[in-house]
Amino acid sequence: MTVSRDLMRHVHGWLLLTPAAILLIAFTHYPMVATLIDSFYSKGSAIRPSRFVGLGNYDSMMADPIFWKVLVNNMWFALGTIPVSIALAISMAMLVNQTLPGRSFLRMAYFTPTILPMIAVANIWLFFYSPYIGLIDQIAGWFGLPGHNWLGDPDTVLPAIIVMTIWKEAGFFMIFYLAALQHIPPELREAARLEGATRWYFFRRVLFPLLMPTTLFVLINAVLNSFKLVDHLFVLTKGGPDNASNLLLYYIFESAFSYFDTNYAATLTVVLLALLAVMALAQFFVLDRRIHYR
Amino acid sequence: MPGIEIRNLVKQWEAFRAVDDVSFDVPQGSLTVLLGPSGCGKSTILRMIAGLEDVSDGTVAIGGRDITRQDAAQRGVSMVFQSYALFPHLNVRENILFGLKVRRVAKADQETRLAEAAALVGLEELLDRMPAKLSGGQRQRVALARTIVSSQPVCLMDEPLSNLDAKLRAEMRDEIHRLQRKLKLTMVYVTHDQTEAMSMADEVVLLKDGRIEQIGPPAALYETPETAFAARFLGMPPMNVMPMDKFSERTGLGGMVPDAPANWRLGVRPEKIHISEQGLPVVVDAVDYMGAETVLRVHSGPLELMARIDGRALVEPGDELRLSWAPADIHMFDDRGKRRDLDRSETN
Ligand SMILES: Nc1ncnc2c1ncn2[C@@H]1O[C@H](COP(=O)(O)OP(=O)(O)O)[C@@H](O)[C@H]1O
Ligand SMILES: [Mg+2]
Repeated sequence: MTVSRDLMRHVHGWLLLTPAAILLIAFTHYPMVATLIDSFYSKGSAIRPSRFVGLGNYDSMMADPIFWKVLVNNMWFALGTIPVSIALAISMAMLVNQTLPGRSFLRMAYFTPTILPMIAVANIWLFFYSPYIGLIDQIAGWFGLPGHNWLGDPDTVLPAIIVMTIWKEAGFFMIFYLAALQHIPPELREAARLEGATRWYFFRRVLFPLLMPTTLFVLINAVLNSFKLVDHLFVLTKGGPDNASNLLLYYIFESAFSYFDTNYAATLTVVLLALLAVMALAQFFVLDRRIHYR
Repeated sequence: MPGIEIRNLVKQWEAFRAVDDVSFDVPQGSLTVLLGPSGCGKSTILRMIAGLEDVSDGTVAIGGRDITRQDAAQRGVSMVFQSYALFPHLNVRENILFGLKVRRVAKADQETRLAEAAALVGLEELLDRMPAKLSGGQRQRVALARTIVSSQPVCLMDEPLSNLDAKLRAEMRDEIHRLQRKLKLTMVYVTHDQTEAMSMADEVVLLKDGRIEQIGPPAALYETPETAFAARFLGMPPMNVMPMDKFSERTGLGGMVPDAPANWRLGVRPEKIHISEQGLPVVVDAVDYMGAETVLRVHSGPLELMARIDGRALVEPGDELRLSWAPADIHMFDDRGKRRDLDRSETN
C-alpha cells in the first residue's frame, strides 16, 4: 500500500517536472552538447563534407593570432569596466542613500542608462565620439584641443568602449547597492560615530564588509556581462580597427556568420563557456569563504 | 565633575516641537531616568546629549563644559542603543574592541580592558561568537561591555531592555544598575516602563509631549504627583482619578470625598482602598487574582475604579460591597490637572 503511494508521489513529481525539463534540455543542454561535438569536426563545404578532426580546431585556435588578440582585449575590457563600475556604483548608492534634496530625481538619473538598450546607448555614444562634430571633440575644441578619431584609433578605441560600458552598467549595479545599504541599520553608523570613527574608517571596517554579499553578486554579473555584452560593437566599431576593439563573443559571431566557419565558432564557444564557468566558480568559492552573510 | 546640565533644550522639526524647553541636572555618578509615553521626546533628548541630533535651542553641559555644538566623539559619552547596534560581521571580541581600535589604544591596554569588561558582564566564554549566534540577553551584555571598555564617564541608554522577555528584563535591569553603581557612571536611562524607572532611578524626569511634567526621586513622584498625568503614569494599576461631579451623593462618605469644585478630580491609589462596612457602595465588575494581591474593578453609578486588596479577596463579579479610603490618601487635581493640596482643617 505505502509502496504504491510512494511510487505515485514520485510519478507525480516527475510529471510536474517534465515540461520544464524538456524545455531546458531542448534549448540549453542539447545545444551545449551539440556545440561541443561540432567543435571536433572540420568546416564542411559542398565538395568536402565535414569530418572528425579531433582537437584540430583547437590546435588552429591556439595558432590563431586574432583569437589571442580578442582574448587579451576581453581581459582589458573586464579589468577596465568592472572595478570602476563597482566603485562608481557604491559611491552613487551611498550618495543617493543620504537624505538630500532631489534625491529621488538623482536616483532616477543614475538609473536611466540601465533602461536604455545597448544599441541605443551605442548610438548616443557614437555621437559623443564622432571626430570633430561629436560632443567630446566640440568641448575639446573650446579649449583649443585638436579633434581626435576616438573610435578609429586602435589606441583609443578600447578605452572609449570601456568608458561607455561603465556609463551603462554603474547605474544598474547601484540599484543592488542601494537596496543593500537600506538594510543596514542607521544605529551602526551612529555607534561608530560616537567612538570617533571617520567616514572612511566606517566604510572600510563596517560598510564595505557588510556589502560583500552584494559585491559578489555584482562581480559575477559584471564578469559575465563583460563577455556577454557585445551589442555596442555592431553599432560602433565592428571590432575594428584591426581587431583593436574585438571581443571574444563578437569574434564568435564573425566566425559563424561572416566567415561561415560554424565549427571554429563552436570551438571558440566551448572556450568561452569554459572560461565563464571557471571564473564564476572561482569567485564563488574564493570570495564566499570571506563573506559574512547576515 | 562629569555631571550633566541641561538648560532650556528645544528640538524643532519644521512646525513640530518634539522637545520643548527641557531643563534638568544629572549629578555625577547618579542615574536619571527619562520616563514618558512613546513619542514624548525621550530619545530625541538623549540623542541631543550624545551629539547625534542637532540642538535647536538651549545648552547641554557635561562636567561644567558647554558641549552643545561639540562633535559626538569628543563629548565623553557612550551609548547603548535599543537595537544594541552590534556589528553583525564582527565577533564579540571585535565588537567590544571596535571603539578602542578606532581610538588607537595600545594593544596591551586593549587586552586588559577587554578582559575586565568581559568578566564584568560574564562574556568570557563567548568572545569568538558572532552576534547572530547570541541570545537577546547576551547581545545586551556585549553592548554593555562596549560601553564599559570605552570608560567614558557618561553613559546613555535608550530603552535597552525593550527587546527582552520579562524575566531577562528584570535580570538585566539589576545588572545595569549594579554596573552603574560599581563603575560610578553618570547615566541617563530612557524608558517608557515605570517599573524600570521606579526600581533604578535616583531621579526621574517625567515627560509628556516634549515637556517636563515632573522631576524628582521615584518616591516623590509616587507619593506626591504634581499632575493627574504623573499620578496615572506611575503605579500599577494606575491611580484612580475620579471627576468630582461623578460622585452622585456624598452623604455617609465622611472625609472620603472632600468639598471641591465639580470640575476638579479626586485621586486615590488602588492599594489605599479597602473593603469596609461603610463607604462608597459599588458593584464588582471583575476580579483579577494575582497571587499576593487581588485587583478589583468596580463601578458606582457612572464612576469606575480599581482597588488592590492584599491576598485573595473573597468576592465575585456582581457582588455589592462598600469601599473606603482615608482622607490622608487623597490627591486633588484641579480643572487643569494640577495638584492642589487641601487645607486639612477644612476636610476634617
Ligand atoms: N527625524 C525626525 N523628523 C521629524 N520628527 C521626528 C524625527 N524623529 C522623531 N520625531 C518625532 O519627535 C517625537 C519624539 O520622538 P522620540 O524622541 O523618538 O520619542 P520617544 O523616544 O519618547 O518615543 C515623535 O513624535 C517623533 O515622531
Ligand atoms: Mg524612543
